[in-house]
Amino acid sequence: MWKFSIRRIMIMIPQVILLSIIVFMLAKMMPGDALTGLIDPNVDPNTIAEKREELGLNDPWYEQYTRWVAGVFTGDLGQSFHFKMPVSELVWQRIVNSFWLSLLTLVLTYLIAIPLGITSGRYNDSWADRLITGYTYIGFAAPLFIFALVMLWIFGFHLGWFPTGGSVKPGLTPGTFEYVMSKLYHMLLPALSMALITTVSTVQYLRSEIIDTKQKDFILTARAKGASESRVYNRHILRNSLLPIAAFFGYEITGLIGGSIFIENIFGYPGMGQLFLNSILLRDYSVVTSLVLLFGILTILGTLLSDIILSLVDPRIRIK
Amino acid sequence: METNKIDLGKGSEIVKSPSGWKIVGREIMRDKVALFSLIFLIAIMIIVYGTSLLLDVREIVKVDLFSIHQPPSEEFLLGTDYGGRDVFGQLIIGTRNSLSIGILVTLMTGAIGIIYGLVAGYFGGTVDNIMMRILDFFQVLPFLMIVIVFVAIVPKYSILTFSLIMTAFLWMGIARLIRSKALQEKELDYVQASKTLGTSNFKIMFTQVLPNLSSLIIVTMTLNLAANIGLESGLSFLGFGFPESTPSLGTLVSYARNPQTLEFRWWVWVPASVLILVLMLSINNVGQALKRATDARQRRG
Repeated sequence: MWKFSIRRIMIMIPQVILLSIIVFMLAKMMPGDALTGLIDPNVDPNTIAEKREELGLNDPWYEQYTRWVAGVFTGDLGQSFHFKMPVSELVWQRIVNSFWLSLLTLVLTYLIAIPLGITSGRYNDSWADRLITGYTYIGFAAPLFIFALVMLWIFGFHLGWFPTGGSVKPGLTPGTFEYVMSKLYHMLLPALSMALITTVSTVQYLRSEIIDTKQKDFILTARAKGASESRVYNRHILRNSLLPIAAFFGYEITGLIGGSIFIENIFGYPGMGQLFLNSILLRDYSVVTSLVLLFGILTILGTLLSDIILSLVDPRIRIK
Repeated sequence: METNKIDLGKGSEIVKSPSGWKIVGREIMRDKVALFSLIFLIAIMIIVYGTSLLLDVREIVKVDLFSIHQPPSEEFLLGTDYGGRDVFGQLIIGTRNSLSIGILVTLMTGAIGIIYGLVAGYFGGTVDNIMMRILDFFQVLPFLMIVIVFVAIVPKYSILTFSLIMTAFLWMGIARLIRSKALQEKELDYVQASKTLGTSNFKIMFTQVLPNLSSLIIVTMTLNLAANIGLESGLSFLGFGFPESTPSLGTLVSYARNPQTLEFRWWVWVPASVLILVLMLSINNVGQALKRATDARQRRG
């Protein structure tokens, strides 16, 4: 277990370094540099040239790169041109919103997936199974953004059950019960829209896993011993089928990152995905690079997490 | 001599098992949903590529301030958008663009993935190890964000550059699949026999191993096509696909980001959304039928 995890983490290190180089090169390819965010463009070009020399923007790329990495490690991500504040502060404000939205989505994903998967797998070829399989079939093909738009159209505008934008009702003091409830209320529709689509693959997987396990010999043994049907399902089959699902947890996180860009955009939810799109449109490149780096590291961590859980669950992976 | 020949002919006819294409055809004919999907797809393609030859793109994307946001009528079959442009015409052109991109990206990712996977799987060992580490790295990149950044900083892009950007970050899935199959395939007797006879590695890979993987490749690429169309329309929806002068299906859906359009002007975005959904569903249906046809255990009859 430890040997595998350490080796897996060792693989991660070059990945992070390569990622940072790519992000840095992207930043260099973008028009404008760290200075554009700091000063007024109307200043005399000679002063700008002096400033550039002073900040070391004319140094070779590897020197700039090491300085940038050192900055990242100390939490200095540069200055946002549009918001006139340090990027790290800006990102921190948004990351909290995104975190809660993702958490709610994850909870909903599993709340939907587990009962549906179990019903579908246990009573396969019944009408309930056909209904669930039909749902997964359509959900598998439906793009997230179209589904989210339809949800917003029906529940947000047509029926008016949910708010259609923002993360909290204005005028509430943070920390009060009402504030928390309002936040939850604003998050519910976006999270549900995303969960209903992302859950589909988990349902499908759980279903086939249960149908598979159902026919194994040890289940036959359990039945022969006289174990009740609920005991067979809850103690024998579920334990074996739910473990692989747990391993997908990390991949689920990486999926959320892509999805959050669409969802936050459609529901006008002020999270990191929304910040990313706005920064690109505003040409606020120091924010863009920081966000790409952050999301990249999150993706790498998500995969790492899944691989480690998988190795815990399935020992065969460790011997390689 | 002659009798011998006839016997041989007869014998081979009796034991002859149905060819791959025959099985595929039979499977699709038996699966009515897949058959219907296939007919629908072919019809859509003929209509879209056919009529787009007759339609004048410039005429369609020309802004007409006198007919902004008109509901469907005799003149405009599906109404007009905020620039007074005919939605129906844009739908045709958009479907054509989306399909073209989807097919182009699928073919390019397929080509790269197949070659990469074959080389890694066939040679194995260190080559495989190094190539897989590179692939792993591409796979952990946050795809959507990197593509958006690229689209934002590439100053002038066309259908080709856009497809190239998408291809650069999408070839890993198929490469991984082909590699794992090639690893199994190279241990089989026919490859060993060819090697012993002195056939070059290149020839074994592309003329002997590759045909044996063809069914897998066709299935994966069909399923990828659906995914790529979804990705392209998603990017266009966010505003990082094509400019408005080359509408795609996602561009039409993106007008719904305006709450007014979303709530009151369904004719702008609903047809495009339905079309994307139906296209992806039917491509998936065909893909699933192909998958069943190539896997003897899942075959229906």
